[in-house]
Amino acid sequence: MDNREVLVDIKNLRTFFYTEDGVVPAVDGIDLTIHRGEVVGLVGESGCGKSVTALSIMRLIPDPPGKIIEGEIFFHEEDLLKKNEEEMRAIRGDKISMIFQEPMTSLNPVYTIGDQISEAITLHQKIDSAEAKKRTVEMIHLVGIPEPERRFGQYPHEMSGGMRQRVMIAMALSSNPELLISDEATTALDVTIQAQILDLMRGLQKKLGMAILIITHNLAVVAEMAETIAIAYAGKIVENASAKEIFKSPRHPYTYGLLTSIPKFTEKKTNEPLPAIEGMVPSPYHMPKGCRFNPRCPFVTEKCREEEPEIVELTPGHLVRCFHPIES
Amino acid sequence: MAEKAIEAKKKGQKSSEDYTYVGMVFHRLTRHKLAMVGAFMLIFILLFVFVGPLIWRADPNAQIEGLGGLFNPASRAHPLGTDDYGRDVLARMFFGGRISLFIGFISAISSTLAGAFVGLVAGYYGGWADNILMRFTDAMLSIPTFPLLIALASVLGKGVWQIILVIVLFGWMTDARLVRGLVLSLKEQEYVEAARAIGASANRIMWRHLFPNTLAVLIVSTTIGIGGAIIYEASISFLGFGVQAPFASWGNMLQNAQQFIWNSPRLIIYPGLAIFMTVLGFNFFGDGLRDAIDPKLKL
Repeated sequence: MDNREVLVDIKNLRTFFYTEDGVVPAVDGIDLTIHRGEVVGLVGESGCGKSVTALSIMRLIPDPPGKIIEGEIFFHEEDLLKKNEEEMRAIRGDKISMIFQEPMTSLNPVYTIGDQISEAITLHQKIDSAEAKKRTVEMIHLVGIPEPERRFGQYPHEMSGGMRQRVMIAMALSSNPELLISDEATTALDVTIQAQILDLMRGLQKKLGMAILIITHNLAVVAEMAETIAIAYAGKIVENASAKEIFKSPRHPYTYGLLTSIPKFTEKKTNEPLPAIEGMVPSPYHMPKGCRFNPRCPFVTEKCREEEPEIVELTPGHLVRCFHPIES
Repeated sequence: MAEKAIEAKKKGQKSSEDYTYVGMVFHRLTRHKLAMVGAFMLIFILLFVFVGPLIWRADPNAQIEGLGGLFNPASRAHPLGTDDYGRDVLARMFFGGRISLFIGFISAISSTLAGAFVGLVAGYYGGWADNILMRFTDAMLSIPTFPLLIALASVLGKGVWQIILVIVLFGWMTDARLVRGLVLSLKEQEYVEAARAIGASANRIMWRHLFPNTLAVLIVSTTIGIGGAIIYEASISFLGFGVQAPFASWGNMLQNAQQFIWNSPRLIIYPGLAIFMTVLGFNFFGDGLRDAIDPKLKL
């Protein structure tokens, strides 16, 4: 796995939001590596900083109130955080694309979908409008929308949520990006459409070979798609390993808690309630001292309350941020 | 819904699903009674002003020599009579109307565009740009317009383009506020973020993605603004700073006629009625347009 070329290397990324109520360390020292053509899942609950990580890569953090205060995001060994707005614009939608959670509102209601996909193409490629139209129709076809010629002239309101998400994917892939960021792209869709969209993304990934960063709170989504999974908690990565490892032998108590709280159909029916992780996500204004998971951790010790653990490689390729990792 | 649409299609009728957005707005507009009243008033005015002179070919500035030509009542030679210089009132109504409408259209559209520009920039960038632009707008709104208008008119000189400039200068503020408010909510829409994510520039997002989404509201505002601009023109001309003799506008015809209000009230009534009808027509039509554009309203 690691002999593949590194595409994105995020080092100690810290993105803070300066609000009236105080500073929110939405992303507080995230490290993440994405190889060329790799599918990486970034999993965590709401507010753990996964979307902010994605927006930081795109340099789309609303400033103010947000600010990337530290870190490096290497893309092809060039630091994206050192690029100016114009250079970033050339990268967005061309080398790195993003699809969003809400397909219902992610398309401009006043333009046809053909117009919008063409815009994404012509922004980055110098081609005439006939060529752009041809390419757009190809893209509509590629994402599995029937009758691409007719769909070209339709407005977003004439399409269902699933179809619109396909249009978003067509827009995102129209310039053959090297990295596709999918920010909860299937969350707003119902389960059958979710499966279709995931299928489509997987198929396109095989065909076009781009890397995908899947951001989700749904472990089932990454289980199906990702090769590598990073688990985020309160602005930090707590565990990072191959998907197989994560599901087979989670080492961080948080990951373990997440996995055991998924109901299993194969187990015998018992009257035991479904296990849940005790407590709540800490308030971003009052992060606990020491390990951020310590107030909810069943294995907490005095050390966890005082010191913050570093992320360490327990076995090759399996990184965990914990003083007392669960034995595999 | 779907069955109904299919049934309607079989019968050769149009269902709501067959319409494009513009088609739907037009369809709703035709069912809006007040808007139709307004539309007919406007069509009448436009026909009057543009087709009228083709039928009634009289020189609006030609004077009839001699005292006998002044203040003539309606006759076969002069359907609306003559004025204090012995000029044909009907012909002056035609050409005055053209000028009034021209000023109304151009200045309403220009001030809407100017306001849209300020509103877009203020709303999109926010922060200090918003603060400066909006405080400037507030300042402009708090200036007593008329004294300044008169002062400006005397500095700029008198003429059609000067009037337009003055009307635009004092007419863009409400549109700026309107657009700013809209943009504040529109820019939070996900499609704006999506546009950013495909690498669109700020200018592109403002003009290509946000501006068209404010058009529905701006068209309504312009429509009603035309009526306002015509009144403005009339007021300026009434004060003697507008369109200058011998050229007619409805406003300066009113101004001219005020001295003869007791002797020849019809000289006041014709242009007054024309302005009244035009403005009312634009307001009715604009109201209807607003209702027709509002997607939440079912007609």
